[in-house]
Amino acid sequence: MGPFALIHRSGNKEHVHCLNVIAETGGLHRGMAAADARAICPDLVTRPADLGREAVALVSLRRWVTRYSPLVARDGSDGLIADITGVPHLFGGEQDLLDDLAARLNRVGLTCSIAIADTRGAAYAVARHAGGIIPEGVGGAGIAGVPLVGLRIGSDVVDGLARMGLHKIGDLIPLPRAPLARRFGQPLLMRLDQALGFQSEPIAPDKEIEHFGVRMTLPEPIGLEADVMSGLSRLLGRLCANLAHAHRGARRLRLELHRVDQETVTLDIGLARPMRDPGRIAGLFKKGVSEIDAGFGIEVMRLVAYVTEPLAPEQIGRDTDVAQDAALADLFSRVGNRLGFDRVLRLLPGHSKIPERSHIIAPAAYSAAEPAPSQRGPRRPIILFAPEPVTVRGGAQPGHPPARFSWRRMTFTVLRADGPERITPEWWFDDPAWRTGLRDYWRVETREGPRLWLFHTPQSSAWTAQHWFAQGEFA
Amino acid sequence: MRFDPPPSDPFILSPRRVHEVEGHGRYVFALFQAVRSGGAIIWVMPSYAPHTPTLRGLPDGVGVRLCIMRPKSEEDLLWTVEEALRTKGVSLVIAEPDKPLSLLAGRRLQLAAEAGRTTGLMLLKLGQGSNAAETRWLCRPAAAQQRDLTLHEWILNKNKRGTFGNWTVDWNGKTRSLHLVSAAGQRCGAAETP
Repeated sequence: MGPFALIHRSGNKEHVHCLNVIAETGGLHRGMAAADARAICPDLVTRPADLGREAVALVSLRRWVTRYSPLVARDGSDGLIADITGVPHLFGGEQDLLDDLAARLNRVGLTCSIAIADTRGAAYAVARHAGGIIPEGVGGAGIAGVPLVGLRIGSDVVDGLARMGLHKIGDLIPLPRAPLARRFGQPLLMRLDQALGFQSEPIAPDKEIEHFGVRMTLPEPIGLEADVMSGLSRLLGRLCANLAHAHRGARRLRLELHRVDQETVTLDIGLARPMRDPGRIAGLFKKGVSEIDAGFGIEVMRLVAYVTEPLAPEQIGRDTDVAQDAALADLFSRVGNRLGFDRVLRLLPGHSKIPERSHIIAPAAYSAAEPAPSQRGPRRPIILFAPEPVTVRGGAQPGHPPARFSWRRMTFTVLRADGPERITPEWWFDDPAWRTGLRDYWRVETREGPRLWLFHTPQSSAWTAQHWFAQGEFA
Repeated sequence: MRFDPPPSDPFILSPRRVHEVEGHGRYVFALFQAVRSGGAIIWVMPSYAPHTPTLRGLPDGVGVRLCIMRPKSEEDLLWTVEEALRTKGVSLVIAEPDKPLSLLAGRRLQLAAEAGRTTGLMLLKLGQGSNAAETRWLCRPAAAQQRDLTLHEWILNKNKRGTFGNWTVDWNGKTRSLHLVSAAGQRCGAAETP
């Protein structure tokens, strides 16, 4: 392994964002220009830094550190701070806790610097300087040797203090406070007081992001469908208990099956409504599980509900409506998982006068049925299709439907016609179908039986021979 | 297996069975059955079907209960219909298969309807019915002489347990009520005046 660094590009400048120990011993440091780093260390391997994924990794590391203390917060972009008051004896003392934490982080390849101190400020300073434990009651002596950068003050203040010959925190402690405050502002003294413990600084742990995931590591790889399903039902039991505890229901679930040959098979399912019933969810995985390739066997199963919604406990029992709704939701889930949730649809009332947009076709899993508003105005056809040309066969008076026409290779004679109902296009939408201008709709009863919805486009240009179209059929 | 007795009203489809309707007026017949059914209605139409039902044109109270499923292939369509027929809360499943139903598929659908206590209605093109259907209707819109009549000609072509029939009805496409219209008499010659 050679020198390695992550390069962060901000604006036109590239600088070293993070680097490994070998690169650091080679003379590089964080924040230096990438070109300089490459000049100093020609065999430096670099990769672009991804700040978003780093933040995500820090959040998950924070979640892991809660094994040491319930109060853990992120500290800056690369630090974690934990309140371990009353905790160390569970791990055999502060030194053992620190060793345990360091060993575990080193095992996964994370280089870390850990400090334990009385105050948050002191812990911050020591962790960024050398690490270690400042024993209780030492006060300022523990951090006296730490450079001033460890006080969480701006670099201009650090530079100003350096110009006065003050380089370490210990240089600052005996100085009179008033001149310092007058020259460098109150924040410097606040940080100093916080580091020394004269001013309290609580830790505000991040809000726990609810994570619903369970995993199962198997002693022997499995390959049979029945085995996977029984493992899944155990995982589902645990997951659904977690969900019930949090009053939430799963909306989308992912099952990850790690195979012996390091491959991962994932199965995704969606649910038509939030649910935490293990039996019903297991049924949706059945088809996917029967189709996966188990290879040489599956050794780890992991089940995550990565989309959840609030689901309060519900009275079940004799109410048949609840049972019917549940059965219908199960149907939507089953059909949605096979066909796609965008193919299970519901008609919702729309507000447009344009026939095609007078109702909204929405996915049934993500919408609730709405009663149609009371109907006014002319009747509407029961089925609607894209406008189909109608050939005029004779008896065409201007402004009236033709006496005879043919549509879909059938010839019709008009018995009577109701209309016109003039619908103008919505000028704020550029709908290609409505570029021919306004339409005069007629309900045409034919001698042959069908009752059609024809329209005429009086504004279309004269050279287009086609002026009559059929768009729907009435009852 | 115990069958329900055939209903007294000829237009009530016998429950727990799959029926077929063909002809130009099949959508009207399906919507008439929908407005008379009590629970959820599933309409399975292929994704390439050019038409959609309009909310404002549907009979009263049907739009809220209606759910449309648009499978991509014929196989998915039959699977969807079977799943819907097996679901307890569904009262009517309307489906538009594109190809003629095989006897096997028709029989499977009958079994599914029995298991789920639902009624199925297949909208077919002329002559594509399967022998497994309980009843088969031929529905056509008919021209009316008066302005306020909306006539439909409903012919019961096949009935496994009951008689055939031929009705001309007036249904305006909105309500549950239906008017039977007596066929206009055709005299051979001019009426004799006494």
